[in-house]
Amino acid sequence: MAAYVVRRLFFSLFVLWGAVTIIFVVLRLVPGDPAYIMLGPDADQAQVAALRAQLGLDQSLIQQYATYLANVVHLDFGESFRLNADSMSLVLQRVPATIQLATTALLLSLLIGLPLGVIAALRAHSWVDRSISVFSLMGQSTPSFWLGIVLILVFARGLKMLPSAGSGTWAHLVLPTITLALPFLAILVRLTRSGLLEVVHEGYVQTARAKGLGEGIVVLVHALRNALIPIVTVVGLQFGALLGGTVIVETVFAWPGVGRLLIDSIGRRDYGVVQASILLVATIFVVINLLVDLLYGFLDPRVRLAGD
Amino acid sequence: MPAPVAVRRRTRAGSARIRFGFAVIAVYVVAAAIGPWLFRYDPVGTRTADRLKPPFTRLSDGSFAIFGTDQVGQDLFAQMLQGARISIAVGLATLVLAGTIGVTIGLAAGYFGGWLDGVLMRLADIQLAFPSILLAIFIAALLGPSVVNVVIVLAVANWVTFARVARGQALATRRREFVDASRTLGAGTWRLVTRCVLPACVAPVLVVATVEIGHVILAEASLSFLGLGTPASTPSWGVTIANGRNYLADAWWISTIPGIALAFLVISLGVLGDALRDRYDPRLRSL
Repeated sequence: MAAYVVRRLFFSLFVLWGAVTIIFVVLRLVPGDPAYIMLGPDADQAQVAALRAQLGLDQSLIQQYATYLANVVHLDFGESFRLNADSMSLVLQRVPATIQLATTALLLSLLIGLPLGVIAALRAHSWVDRSISVFSLMGQSTPSFWLGIVLILVFARGLKMLPSAGSGTWAHLVLPTITLALPFLAILVRLTRSGLLEVVHEGYVQTARAKGLGEGIVVLVHALRNALIPIVTVVGLQFGALLGGTVIVETVFAWPGVGRLLIDSIGRRDYGVVQASILLVATIFVVINLLVDLLYGFLDPRVRLAGD
Repeated sequence: MPAPVAVRRRTRAGSARIRFGFAVIAVYVVAAAIGPWLFRYDPVGTRTADRLKPPFTRLSDGSFAIFGTDQVGQDLFAQMLQGARISIAVGLATLVLAGTIGVTIGLAAGYFGGWLDGVLMRLADIQLAFPSILLAIFIAALLGPSVVNVVIVLAVANWVTFARVARGQALATRRREFVDASRTLGAGTWRLVTRCVLPACVAPVLVVATVEIGHVILAEASLSFLGLGTPASTPSWGVTIANGRNYLADAWWISTIPGIALAFLVISLGVLGDALRDRYDPRLRSL
């Protein structure tokens, strides 16, 4: 197990290094002077020169890359001159709101998605299964920014039941959570259904049935446990889409998280904050996938033994 | 011997899904192709007398606005037809670019193997471990909003799936007897890759493209909604929905109707993609 943990840890670090490098490369590949792009057309020469020096644009590419890596390791993305504060601490202030939104959306998806998937698999090819599949397909295909607007129209403006924007109370959390959860929930339903259908004909499930166990116990105790193993991995990977979705949901509902800060900062050309938010979200995602991989190794011994 | 009932029923359901998908998409494509000629849309025109009129209104010039008008008095239906053209064109262009990049990289990795395969596939791993909408947002933020930039951004964010499929096919094909036979007959690497390995990739790549185009169209709309996709003067569906947000109290139709059109197109593409995948290549399901 120790070797497996170390291997996964190295892979996570490698991915983070890759993400940092991609950002560096993209910043340098974009046509034009990065300092000029960052400051915008209304910047004066002195500002451009100052930012060029700060970014080290007068040095060689290798030196620039080394400086960049060193700054990232120290979580130093420079001052946000628009907000007069350290870029990284601005982003960190917004993290709890995003985590809150993402976690409630994840919980909601699990609470609804798993049971729906199980029901669909138990009643495979019936009208119940078809209705659940249609719901799942619609959930995956509905643009979340549009769903958010429709929910605001119906529940905030029409029925006046829930607030349309902002944060603070549980009521504020309801509409953004539903909007963020729906596509994730839809994928979860599909995965649970197909995962269960794959194992129901396995020998150990038939053995459980042959022992005379009730169908409920056979499915929940014997089949679902093994069906869950691949689901866990995909849930980890899809969590990235959910984190990406927070950008849109936070914009629609004026939720004060990292995603909205990111979009606001792009509008203000505050690229220190932009980089800090993107790298922070990527880090959260990598850490979650590391945890998922470790959990996977714990759930399924074949995985951790494969490479030893 | 006749096929078992369950299999037959599923195949028939599969072809029904394929027909449904193709039919809906055909309607969208035709609407996008000829609609803007029949219903003129002027991106800079304003008609203040007809501002924010609800659906089924007769306008001041006598024309009939079936979906109502927007904040500058433009007919929403005409705007959506123009938007369909943009969304579908961006989706197709993105797939062609992402497919070309992905298949080239995948073929190179799968055919040559070794360190090249290692480097390219680690690059793919890194990108998969990075929420693709974030990468798209970052690049779009630097490049600025334009139709060409959206295509570039979305292609960079979506090449990996194509690369994986092409690599898998290349690995499976390069050791086959007919490839060895061509090699023995003196065919060069270029000929082997383009004539023997590439054709084996076409079918699975087309299936993946059908599954992906819905995602791409959604991603374009999302970027445009955030102000990072097509510019405000180009009324893609995302732009129209974003504009309508400011008029929710007076004009619910501006944001909601284009969203329904968008969702229905993406659903149809999803149905078609899934049905094609189930029929021709169930192994691709994990992608």
